[in-house]
Amino acid sequence: MEKRVRVLVAKPGLDGHDRGAKVVARALRDAGFEVIYTGLRQTPEQIAEAALQEDVNVIALSLLSGAHNHLFPRIVELIREKGMTDVLMIGGGVIPDADIPALKTAGIAEVFTPGTSTTTIIDYINANVN
Amino acid sequence: MDNESLKLKVAEYTAKVEKASAKFPERKNLEYNRIYTPLDLEGQDYERDLGLPGSYPFTRGVQPTMYRGRFWTMRMYAGFSTAEESNKRYRYLLESGSTGLSCAFDLPTQIGYDSDDVISEGEVGKVGVAIDSLADMEILFDQIDLGKVSTSMTINAPASVLLAMYIAVAEKNGIGPEKLNGTIQNDILKEYAARGTYIFPPKPSMRLITNIFEYCSKNVPNWNTISISGYHIREAGSTAAQEIAFTIADGIAYCEAAIKAGLDVDAFAGRLSFFWNAHNNVLEEVAKFRASRRVWAKVMKERFGATNPKSWMLRVHTQTAGSMLTAQQPENNVVRVALQTAAAVMGGTQSLHTNSKDEALALPTEDSVRVALRTQQIVAYESGLADVVDPLAGSYYVEAMTNAIEEEAWKYIQKIDDIGGAVVAIEQGYIQKEIQDSAYKWQKEVENNERVIVGVNKFQIEEKPIEGLLRVDASVGELQKKKLADLRAKRDNAAVTAALAKLEAACGDDSVNLMPIILEAVKTYATLGEICGVMRKVFGEYQAHATL
Amino acid sequence: MNIADELLKGSRLALSRAITAVENEYDDAVTIMQKLYPHTGNAHIIGITGPPGAGKSTLTDKLAKEYRRQGKTVGIIAIDPTSPFSGGAILGDRIRMNELTLDQGVFIRSMGTRGSLGGLSRKTSEAIKILDAFGFDVVLVETVGVGQSEVDIVKTADTTLVVLVPGLGDDIQAIKAGILEIGDVFAINKADHEGVDRLHTELEMMLDLNQTKIEWRPPIQRVIANRGEGINELAEAIEKQIVHSKESGQFVSRRTNRTKNELLAMLDEQVGRYVRKQLLAYGKFDELVMSVEKREKNPYAVVDDIMTTILR
Repeated sequence: MEKRVRVLVAKPGLDGHDRGAKVVARALRDAGFEVIYTGLRQTPEQIAEAALQEDVNVIALSLLSGAHNHLFPRIVELIREKGMTDVLMIGGGVIPDADIPALKTAGIAEVFTPGTSTTTIIDYINANVN
Repeated sequence: MDNESLKLKVAEYTAKVEKASAKFPERKNLEYNRIYTPLDLEGQDYERDLGLPGSYPFTRGVQPTMYRGRFWTMRMYAGFSTAEESNKRYRYLLESGSTGLSCAFDLPTQIGYDSDDVISEGEVGKVGVAIDSLADMEILFDQIDLGKVSTSMTINAPASVLLAMYIAVAEKNGIGPEKLNGTIQNDILKEYAARGTYIFPPKPSMRLITNIFEYCSKNVPNWNTISISGYHIREAGSTAAQEIAFTIADGIAYCEAAIKAGLDVDAFAGRLSFFWNAHNNVLEEVAKFRASRRVWAKVMKERFGATNPKSWMLRVHTQTAGSMLTAQQPENNVVRVALQTAAAVMGGTQSLHTNSKDEALALPTEDSVRVALRTQQIVAYESGLADVVDPLAGSYYVEAMTNAIEEEAWKYIQKIDDIGGAVVAIEQGYIQKEIQDSAYKWQKEVENNERVIVGVNKFQIEEKPIEGLLRVDASVGELQKKKLADLRAKRDNAAVTAALAKLEAACGDDSVNLMPIILEAVKTYATLGEICGVMRKVFGEYQAHATL
Repeated sequence: MNIADELLKGSRLALSRAITAVENEYDDAVTIMQKLYPHTGNAHIIGITGPPGAGKSTLTDKLAKEYRRQGKTVGIIAIDPTSPFSGGAILGDRIRMNELTLDQGVFIRSMGTRGSLGGLSRKTSEAIKILDAFGFDVVLVETVGVGQSEVDIVKTADTTLVVLVPGLGDDIQAIKAGILEIGDVFAINKADHEGVDRLHTELEMMLDLNQTKIEWRPPIQRVIANRGEGINELAEAIEKQIVHSKESGQFVSRRTNRTKNELLAMLDEQVGRYVRKQLLAYGKFDELVMSVEKREKNPYAVVDDIMTTILR
């Protein structure tokens, strides 16, 4: 049987803006991925544990509240603690350009800002997933 | 020309231009006709369908004078960081000609957590001001005359607590609740459907809302007890018709709950207000505003049998569409906001917030907020759009579009009635699914270049990273934590415990109105998180229904 | 990482990777399953099925919490449909189980059907065995929930719980007819909704008339899953069914049947694979297809021919 890429689409933090996360989830489904959507208000611990249980290849984080500098690196840290070293982690939302280098250093492979097409995200995953 | 020969002429015209338009694929998916004629308004009855401004069914506006009396309230949504910082911004806005305040709260506040709760980490002061207790509220409104200003608060699940704090601050300054003017959003149904800052399940949430209706009708008579919001439904991706249909369906659910709780419809309906989105398509938006007033008037008069004309009026606050702002070439957003402002004004809004050009990237800076406010002032004073009431009435297109949106809205309202009302429709995920389908369709259109967003999928340029964005100081969280620790040490903790115990007991008894008890609790400086914690304990928490 | 060994030592990551290996048919999948098989057979497997919108996920969540309260550990498999067009899927069941995520006595895995039609995915039974080998006391399997065609769960579970709700409309008759035979225990969810009495009465009548369940008359339990009401009683009803099933010998006969079916299925798969492989070596297959298509030969004769050549 053909391997399917599994993606966890997660909303860390408290913001309820899930339009983007849901649009991306659907687009990934239509591109042949298996998408696990966590719903709103997930703590870094919950996201990391869900990623482990689902053995996902990709974690896509969506955050629009501005708490990314705090939450994204924490999730990377927890994922690594769990021994999942081969997971591709990407982020999206209202994230100022100035914050992106630090997020990348922390282990977020790519950050997609408003206006990104879902095709760009799909292509990126296909090119970079393990 | 009689109708028959006009029909022939229109058909002839359509056939002729059909070929020519095939060359423009970007324009082919438009949902409306190319031209509108008297044929599209067949059967329209001026008196029945339009009437004069200020009279039923209020298609042309809720007041007879509209902006020939006074302009709409220019109300800029603001708030970030600490109460101290936000207080400065409010006073700046009032000095710059804002005529009302609109408070943005941070997410922990909106979801009923204190700044020192572990779940609040990273979120304190980010999307709005952090309010943990009455002490913060006192600072937030320092040197602002609550007897004169009208204040809108974007607060939903814990609306009762924030309203209680506002009443308590005013009281401390010698201003009685009967003198207070303002609005709480207090619209939990759209939180479940589109915005996400819910706490409790529907049943206790509806109780809190009806408790507020009842309390305010007796004690805070000029307060708008709810702002039934389509704004966020539209932001989540709905169409114009869905925006008003789902919102009015929510409105119906609130009315039914209040009536079921024993309130007389005319006792609370006049304090219901609405909140629309002003999107990019100017004329469609104008039609949406007009259609929404007509639908609501019919709902209140015919369905609920309200007899006071004030109960029939859909009064609306508007915000320009945040989701239409682009992070690319952000200065273009000034133009978008100007067009959206024109739509809201020609649509007859009662108050308006205009977004700033940098809001796709961060919270707005003071400079960009000023341009946004100036946009309203230019439309008001220079454009002439505010000089005539309902200036687009009689346009074949706008009237036909008004009718079409109204018709689609009724279909949705009927469908939701069939499902069992808005609460059940949300619990089953119907409304969320409809919104998501529209959002996905929009996104596909953009990605297939069937819908052009200037600077995003056409007319792109190489851009340098934007400089000078507002950054909320990361130390806000620590600051709030310290303030909370001081507060907990200083206040009369026995009084707090007693007030919370009383609240817990009252939560368990449906016959009790919780507002006076919450007011008592906030006065003891019980924190927002403590008060909501008690309610969480008794009421439980809402489990989201995610349909994709 | 030696997945099977690590798993048996209690590694949740290995557990997760084992399911992936099986689901994607990685090379090491068979080795892993061979090592794990001796450690299986201890978990009680409960299938949870019912029409869409019946609240299966919420009920699964609440049942899991009830078993946790009893001190049992719980593995959960939640199955959602794979899109036949894109091959992708949205696996959204665990969103109702978010409160269980951090409980180390629980493990939730979502699976797409990946082309399978009977309400489970093709690899569900292997995934169950993996959770079983890890040591979970109970394995809950939430099926896709399309109604009538969900018969696979009966062959896979020790106990099948059918969830119904009032107010599903006209097709309820058809659904009920289809699931009557498979339910060991019935739950009527959303028991505070209108129509619950009618549904309950109808279901009682149909179960009374049903001749296939003479030994065990399936109980009907009303629940309001989102408020946690009736869950205790439902767990008790399930417990009674388990006891009865074990005492009557049904439990063992079901499991024996399952083992037989699994062996046959594996055999079918292996034989099929072997035949296909040989067919490639045999050559001329395309020619044979064409001659059948042109009606020069008949397919029955061709198959006979191939079989005698390959399986001599």
